[in-house]
Amino acid sequence: MRLVLRGITKRFGSVVANDSISLTVEPGEIHCLLGENGAGKSTLMNVLYGLYKADEGEIELDGVVQHFSGPGDAMAAGIGMVHQHFMLIPVFTVAENVMLGNESTGFAGSLDVQAARARVTEISDRFGFHVKPDAVVEDLPVGVQQRVEIIKALSRDAELLVFDEPTAVLTPQETDELMDIMRQLREAGKAIVFITHKLREVREVADRITVVRHGRIVGEADPKASNAELASMMVGRPVELVVHKEEPTLGADALVVKDLRVVDAAGVTQVDGISFTIRAGEVLAVAGVQGNGQTELTEALLGLQDDVSGSIVLDGVELVGRSTRRILDSGVGFIPEDRQVDGLVPNFTIAENLMLNRSFKSPFVRNGSLRIGALREFAQKKLQEYDVRARDIDSLAGNLSGGNQQKVVVARELSRDLRLLVAAQPTRGVDVGSIEFIHKQIVATRDSGIPVLVVSTELDEVVALADRIMVLYRGQVVGIVPADTPRETLGLMMTGERPDDVKDVVA
Amino acid sequence: MSTATDQPTPESGGLAPDTVVVPTKRSGSRKLPIILGVLAVGLAIVLLTAGRSGDTTFRLATDTDFAGLPDIVVPSAATAWLMIVVCLALTAEAVRRMLAHVAQPMWIPVGFAAAWMVGFLSWAAADGRILVVSLLGGAIALAVPLVFGALGGVLGERAGVVNIAIDGQLLLGAFAAAITASLTGSPWAGLVAAGLAGALVALVLGLFAITYFVDQVIVGVVLNVLVVGLTNFMFRQVLTPNAASLNSPDRFPRVPIPVLGEIPLVGPIFFRQTAVVYVLYVIVALVAWALYRTRWGLRVRAVGEHPKAADTVGIKVNRTRYRTILLAGAIAGLGGAYFSLVSVAGFNREMTGGAGYIALAAVIFGKWDPIRATLAALLFGFASNLQGVLSVLGSPVPSQFMLMLPYVITIFAVAGLVGRSRPPAADGVPYKQQ
Repeated sequence: MRLVLRGITKRFGSVVANDSISLTVEPGEIHCLLGENGAGKSTLMNVLYGLYKADEGEIELDGVVQHFSGPGDAMAAGIGMVHQHFMLIPVFTVAENVMLGNESTGFAGSLDVQAARARVTEISDRFGFHVKPDAVVEDLPVGVQQRVEIIKALSRDAELLVFDEPTAVLTPQETDELMDIMRQLREAGKAIVFITHKLREVREVADRITVVRHGRIVGEADPKASNAELASMMVGRPVELVVHKEEPTLGADALVVKDLRVVDAAGVTQVDGISFTIRAGEVLAVAGVQGNGQTELTEALLGLQDDVSGSIVLDGVELVGRSTRRILDSGVGFIPEDRQVDGLVPNFTIAENLMLNRSFKSPFVRNGSLRIGALREFAQKKLQEYDVRARDIDSLAGNLSGGNQQKVVVARELSRDLRLLVAAQPTRGVDVGSIEFIHKQIVATRDSGIPVLVVSTELDEVVALADRIMVLYRGQVVGIVPADTPRETLGLMMTGERPDDVKDVVA
Repeated sequence: MSTATDQPTPESGGLAPDTVVVPTKRSGSRKLPIILGVLAVGLAIVLLTAGRSGDTTFRLATDTDFAGLPDIVVPSAATAWLMIVVCLALTAEAVRRMLAHVAQPMWIPVGFAAAWMVGFLSWAAADGRILVVSLLGGAIALAVPLVFGALGGVLGERAGVVNIAIDGQLLLGAFAAAITASLTGSPWAGLVAAGLAGALVALVLGLFAITYFVDQVIVGVVLNVLVVGLTNFMFRQVLTPNAASLNSPDRFPRVPIPVLGEIPLVGPIFFRQTAVVYVLYVIVALVAWALYRTRWGLRVRAVGEHPKAADTVGIKVNRTRYRTILLAGAIAGLGGAYFSLVSVAGFNREMTGGAGYIALAAVIFGKWDPIRATLAALLFGFASNLQGVLSVLGSPVPSQFMLMLPYVITIFAVAGLVGRSRPPAADGVPYKQQ
């Protein structure tokens, strides 16, 4: 199916999210929409899918102009969408999810579950998905859930498939598998729109690349273009893709973790006897597929987990058993993995968010009352220092873009006297410009002699920041290896295997 | 993206995910054996401190059964102690399963409850007669409006609208039923009017909760108060002066079902009831079937769990919610007719006595499932009836104490003692389309 978008414009109030976008997608091609978070890619696709109504412009499928009043119409016309946040009902089975909205029924509207099961099995077998129709979706790993989304689209005979940031939640292995699936779908003659901001993936599968910036199309790129060329088109200026950092100046052992064990509320051992040391002025980066104990490790360091045994010693002081507030007061800075949930109060202003970790003492509080003046002055300074793009310090944190929200978190955590920085997924969902900035801040922190623990599921980020890399698998350390360890080896270690030639390094 | 090195990640071994961390869960709840133990010991303490002698008669038969069952006469104290032994044995089994980390099957609490109740009754009714048929049949009679209300609650919440207004739906249903049946002379017309009245309350709830995103709990409570005020006003100003023409409906007669009604024990309890109760049987079965086995039910559940996902597959979320909440209100409204056309003939002020709130508790106790909620409502009905029966017998337990029982049970249920209760994910969350 051939898709033509002509002059699509979509405004939200005074913000123009899509500015007269025109685009053609041919059958049997993977057309990549490349752009930063907030460039308007998802908005465009929501217009295509009937979720938003365009203010101007038209959608044409195989030469026929379409008027979608809702996703139902778009689906009927042959458009399938794999959403970034899966549109699956967690407590339903795969078959129920696939048939929802498209049910074949028998007597008195009774469901023909048998038919739905057969359809799932048929599509799953055709593309080698290994999805069982009776599995409950919430029990499935993320990668498999995504395949359920694909099956959902295919079961409605979609000819045009839109993948919206599909790799954001996937492990490297699952990403490779998805790329294979996309190629298979292309061979089957489907038209594919692939929305992403990850350059590596684009170059791997795209037949054509359209770059979007600030709601406008800035041009087509050659799939053979280099990463640097793609990145500068996407951001609109030359971008440094490499984090520049000097050799570390190592000090004494600062953080010493021994036999750390964390059991979660459900009784599952999530961190299973981890020991490591970080020296002053060193970045230890934790690599691993999401859900292998990273979250629990960082939360245990901050005193946020209940069932912790072993020892965490920072500069000679035991932290296990201390309250979170005392740990913060002893100089631990924490960039949590989900800024929306743990990092910020969205309904507070930037200024208020900047004082959250010092909400009970000077310089912002005296005799139990807020010192508004001091706070405003501080916030004003940080806004400039950390290049937070906001109207003013009274803007609500929830209204900022992901990158600016994260800069507020980083500004708050780094503007104290730190003895340890714990950064979990510091650049998840953040634009390239902000990534550069945050990485520089982390390196500067390390260069000032502070030990840093970085946790990231992006191997690129781990490799870029690390002085040493610790690979976690099922709550255990597979190895602590040098930063220049080859990616293949790291990828293998992330699956729990440990090649013979890998040697642990001690800083 | 922050590095120039661009090597591919290692080859993955096929599509089967082998990097999934599968959590191992602890099974074998600690709560059950603790509760059972406390209850068994509690009963034993009651027997020790306030022991009673004599015989207890359990009367099972009624005069019109086709086969008579004899009365069972047992020595009170011995029976009670025997039942305590049974209870303790079941508790021991629960403890064994807890230690072995094995799941607790349903028959343990159910068997325990039955044994405990027999033991308790034989103690409480020493030297007296327990009419088993009227104990259980009366429980059903008291439970009927609760079941209607609970079904209305389950349906609404499954679609994502918290139906706090059940009590208002019951009350306006009772009011409309009394007037309509009086005017037309037909209780059936009254029943239909009750359904419509319930749906009307639901429509107002929907308007605020679905269309205007007002907090559903607040709207529901306000509606309940509004209906109380409205019906009280109308009762005094309109119904009382014209009681003969507006508030003297014909009651639904008792209609024994041939053959079924003559089965000993079961017949008189279930099949010598009024038409409203038979309508209820059909509705319970229909709702339970439709919610899980039909396209309608699948969509209702989808809308209550993840409305956006439902929207993206072309389901009109708010239209589905409106339809479901109207149906829920209508079902709850039917329950109102039971008050004014079955229990007594005619409407009275606040005659639901807060039954809607107990129905709400049954929804939670029943884990948002129509059958479980029905059973929960029956249990609450039984507790209420037990209180009446015991006070007639002159038992030493204060009747007010028994009246607390449904609420105590509910608190335990909501606190998660009866397994994990998980409401629909989008329960009470309005859906805004962009």
